[in-house]
Amino acid sequence: MPLWLDLLIRVVAVVAGFLVVPLVVGQMEHKVMAHMQGRLGPMYAGAFHGWAQLVADGLKFVQKENITPRDADKRVFHLAPVVALFPYLIVLLAVPLGPGGLVAQRLDIGLFFVLAVLGVGVVAVLMSAWASANKYSLLGGLRGAAQLLGYELPLVLSAASVAMAAGTLSLPGIVEAWRPWWLLWQAPAALVFFVSGLAEIRRPPFDMPIADSELVFGYMTEYTGLRFAFFLLAEYVGIVVIAALTTVLFLGGWHGPAADQLGWLWTLVKVFAVAFVVIWLRVSYPRLREDQLQRLCWLVLVPVALGQLILTAAVKVAL
Amino acid sequence: MSEHPGRRTPGKGLVDGLAVTLKTMTRRSGTQQYPDVEPDLPPRSRGVIALLEENCTVCMLCARECPDWCIYIDSHKEEVVVPGAARARQRNVLDRFDIDFSLCMYCGICIEVCPFDALHWTPEFEYAETDVLDLLHDKNRLGDWMQTVPPPPAHDVLGEPSKEETTAARKAAGPGAATPAKVARPAASARPAAARPGAPAAAARPPAQVRPATAGGLQATPSPATPATPASPPTPATPATPPTPASPPTPPSPPSPASPASPASPASDAGPVEESGAPTVPPPASASPSGAQPTIDAPKAPVAEAKQAAAEQPLAAAPDQPAAQPYGGEQPGTGTRGPGEPDEGTER
Repeated sequence: MPLWLDLLIRVVAVVAGFLVVPLVVGQMEHKVMAHMQGRLGPMYAGAFHGWAQLVADGLKFVQKENITPRDADKRVFHLAPVVALFPYLIVLLAVPLGPGGLVAQRLDIGLFFVLAVLGVGVVAVLMSAWASANKYSLLGGLRGAAQLLGYELPLVLSAASVAMAAGTLSLPGIVEAWRPWWLLWQAPAALVFFVSGLAEIRRPPFDMPIADSELVFGYMTEYTGLRFAFFLLAEYVGIVVIAALTTVLFLGGWHGPAADQLGWLWTLVKVFAVAFVVIWLRVSYPRLREDQLQRLCWLVLVPVALGQLILTAAVKVAL
Repeated sequence: MSEHPGRRTPGKGLVDGLAVTLKTMTRRSGTQQYPDVEPDLPPRSRGVIALLEENCTVCMLCARECPDWCIYIDSHKEEVVVPGAARARQRNVLDRFDIDFSLCMYCGICIEVCPFDALHWTPEFEYAETDVLDLLHDKNRLGDWMQTVPPPPAHDVLGEPSKEETTAARKAAGPGAATPAKVARPAASARPAAARPGAPAAAARPPAQVRPATAGGLQATPSPATPATPASPPTPATPATPPTPASPPTPPSPPSPASPASPASPASDAGPVEESGAPTVPPPASASPSGAQPTIDAPKAPVAEAKQAAAEQPLAAAPDQPAAQPYGGEQPGTGTRGPGEPDEGTER
């Protein structure tokens, strides 16, 4: 197989997954949230239980007028949605789907790469917030910056614990080294990683930067049409990315019965299960206040992550 | 985090919240998919008012009772020449019957008040309009709603029989007969029963005793309606009237004022007269109608019984009519009033 064809297949597969899986998660969010609230959710678009609702939403967003505020910093304003969306696409490149090199790009420093690229998200938040020339946007953006910078630390620390346990930074390598008892061993790290991942993608209950009831959607206030749709898509892709990373790092990725043949299916099942939990938490919990948010990060998650590091090191040395 | 004093285990609230949402997700949602699935409306739903034009006599009761005056009726009189009749009859013809549903408050008073069942509720509710003026439904549109009127719901098995049924049954059986309705009124019999023990002789017709109040009350009301059924009352009335003339002799013991006091005799005089001929003259509204009616036998017999009871045991009658007790009965009062009244008196 020539190199360019191999490359093309991988890129097309990742882009297809990038476009399809977030929509499935978004539809799942619509339905799960509706039924958790005693509703039915979308029922009309696509004729069968509203399966095409997000497609219809996308079509609607495309038709909307693209408004840029007069005082906005236009180039930055236009660039921000792309910056918000693109890192997640890059992250998906490095996430292994199944055994035997079923991954778009096998990186030796995959974990490092993924965490670094995820950190770009804060730049998009600050860009959109500042360029909107709107005080709500700015407030939301500053909250978002504080939140993202703060939660980056427990995220990295808990991921480092797994990397230490596996002895490698390669994501497929981590999955190969994973053993079921790690579920118990790495449980605190998994919890910390998941919670700080939620905060990284600014999902409820960590949606203080967006806070539509007080900040009118924060840094997204001034966006309309397709650019706003990019932000929404970024949110759903964010769910997929965080669920995929949690799966790969802590839930054993493709491990499961008949992993050699059905490894990709196990990965997808676990990703969707984690995505369900993300939605479930959104429905169940109210938004954290800004001080509670920071307190949870610095006084709970960071100490737990550090303790997990010590525990991992101790067990590693003992073995 | 959870420093709430009342909470024992930290994180219990978080788990409870998750449990609530998960439990709700597994339950069926209560959403009604209205435009696709018709709503399951309860019986007697008030959607829109239908008009059965044939039943309307333009009596204007609905228009007058409507609290917000949203019924508009126009009509004219029409002469109908009946071949056998002496002169042409007049009847009302409905020209216009509009209900303005932008004013209607769906109280249903018009439907309640219509004596001829010309108005009906239907559960249809999909008649919203973009122009408020279109909410004025004319008689054709109101008539179209008639197709959607549901059959009346079945009568409650445990409820007492409807007034129409009991009246019809009584008329079919003839006056004084023991209809199921009469027998099945222990509450009504209980009250006069206090006065009754002293009159075992009169108790020969227990169902008739039960009747006095109810029969008197009922017959007082349908008295204008009795001309409508001239066939049944006269025939039973004739055998029934003899007891009433007999009644003045039966109470010889009570003071003489009693016998004239019971205007039964004048009533019985009047009764046959009215039976024979002209019910056209409406009897005076107060108390006399029941006495003047051809069907008066039922009230009258109890009158006699009550008088007997009062004569034999004045004290026994006391709980029933404390006001009349010093007089040893109802005589003075009934003398001035009509024969319908003593029934009321014994009843109370």
